[in-house]
Amino acid sequence: MNNKENIKTLIIEKPLKLDCGQTISNFPLAYETFGTLNENKDNAILVCHALTGDQFVTGINPITKKDGWWAYAVGPNKSIDTNKYFVICANVLGGCMGSFGPSHENPKTKKIYGTDFPVITINDMVNAQINLLDFFGIEKLFSVVGGSMGGMQVLQFVSNFPDRTRTAVPIACTSNHSAQNIAFNELGRQAIAADHNWLDGNYTSKNTVPEKGLSVARMAAHITYLSKKGLQEKFGRKLQERDDLKFGFDADFQIESYLRYQGSVFVDRFDANSYLYITRAMDYFDLIKQFNGNLSNAFKNTKTKFFIISFTSDWLYPTQENKEIVIALNAISANVGFVEIESDKGHDSFLLDVPDFLKALKNFLDKSFIEKL
Amino acid sequence: MKTEYKIIADIIENNSSVLDVGCDDGTLMEFLKANKNTNIRGIEISKEKVQTCIAKGLTVIEGNAEYDLKQFPNDSFDYVVLGQTLQAFVNPELVIKELLRVGKKAIVTIPNFGHWRVRLDLLIKGSMPITNSLPHDWYNTPNIHMCTIKDFVKFSEIIGFKIFKSLALKNKNISNISNSNLFFKNLFGELGIFLIEK
Repeated sequence: MNNKENIKTLIIEKPLKLDCGQTISNFPLAYETFGTLNENKDNAILVCHALTGDQFVTGINPITKKDGWWAYAVGPNKSIDTNKYFVICANVLGGCMGSFGPSHENPKTKKIYGTDFPVITINDMVNAQINLLDFFGIEKLFSVVGGSMGGMQVLQFVSNFPDRTRTAVPIACTSNHSAQNIAFNELGRQAIAADHNWLDGNYTSKNTVPEKGLSVARMAAHITYLSKKGLQEKFGRKLQERDDLKFGFDADFQIESYLRYQGSVFVDRFDANSYLYITRAMDYFDLIKQFNGNLSNAFKNTKTKFFIISFTSDWLYPTQENKEIVIALNAISANVGFVEIESDKGHDSFLLDVPDFLKALKNFLDKSFIEKL
Repeated sequence: MKTEYKIIADIIENNSSVLDVGCDDGTLMEFLKANKNTNIRGIEISKEKVQTCIAKGLTVIEGNAEYDLKQFPNDSFDYVVLGQTLQAFVNPELVIKELLRVGKKAIVTIPNFGHWRVRLDLLIKGSMPITNSLPHDWYNTPNIHMCTIKDFVKFSEIIGFKIFKSLALKNKNISNISNSNLFFKNLFGELGIFLIEK
């Protein structure tokens, strides 16, 4: 992770009180924009990224030199059309692409924060990002859009700032993490902690990286992003560059080789401590509890038009959990549309080339944009 | 546009809130939105049709009225519209009660199984009738609870809801149904259109 000079950063001077009780100020929030903000400043879309995403939504990521994580959905003439809309995306608080996170130096101790970094929540992330709107002079976004953890931020955003967006599109998400969600995240964190190079989070000072642990965390998580059917169709029991089983523990099967590869490329671009912090933020997310058991109350002050999208084969944040958000919105007669997209690609569907999804997102945004206010 | 939709639109007052249950491709919703300035929502079971509605800029929820109406609080809408689908539900009684709970008023249209052509088909051929509005065979029809205009009127007494307006549609001609002409309307009407209230 070099070339950090390609990263735009907003220094947020205003103190931000975090949910954990600590207050931070003068901290960096890294962001990127795509498209042009129009004169009325009413064409801005805030895109919120998922667990391992970053601000480089589309185009070539200047750090990894690969396509942006949402290149299928965002770009000229795409679902989020950058010819029309001004797209803003911030690296989340706690992240590792330039925003204030555990790999930053603690000014008091002159050491890398590591696990001394304050625990961050989805609410904190959103409260940091609102500063970008003020920075660009945007009174009201046209939309706030995100999938997975990005969707959680969308929900929290509307709840915190009910009159600062016209529309909101939470995709493949939930209003609180289930025991199963927390379990998978804990598996990842324990894998990192079990790596002897993790050193209680102080690996940077010893010039080492808990590569094995982070890579196992990624492998486990990656399985949850795919569906059984999708995996079976893509890999089945196919062998990896061999004609027969080798009677050993090398990657005999293609699926093993694929997962190992996914793990290995991940450690090049992601920080292990950030992984701990961001998964924790997701686990702590509970919008229902924030509103004393009634999710509807999270949205009771908003006129925002919602469009909720889920995927048939997503078992990480299944349709039912997305529908509960729809139900909470209908209970207060909010403006909400909902569609479940047929796809075998699991939770990852929102990141992939799923034409029905891309079409629905585009139609919703483009039609809502021309609707009279 | 279908005459049925024009009649429904005539019943609905301007600037009201409407839920179209089984909104299909959104034709009625679009018309109401443009001409009646309604705040309109739809529920539709088919993913494909939900997509069509989204492409028209309509607010639609993918769902099944039999299960998904319960999420709406009492009196959420001024009108709830149910066009020619009552007969397709497993439990029409429950659906009607839900319509009347969610809407202050409901507009229900039913294909009339009492039409003379249907009666004649069964009488002469001795087979389940197949007509323009009921094109399916008995074994693949989604219409599992057919009723006649007369049945629906009787249904209102059994369930205990009020019929404010009842119209029969025949060859694009519309006429009022009354107690005195019920026998004829039930014989010649192709479609019954009812404005009801709990």
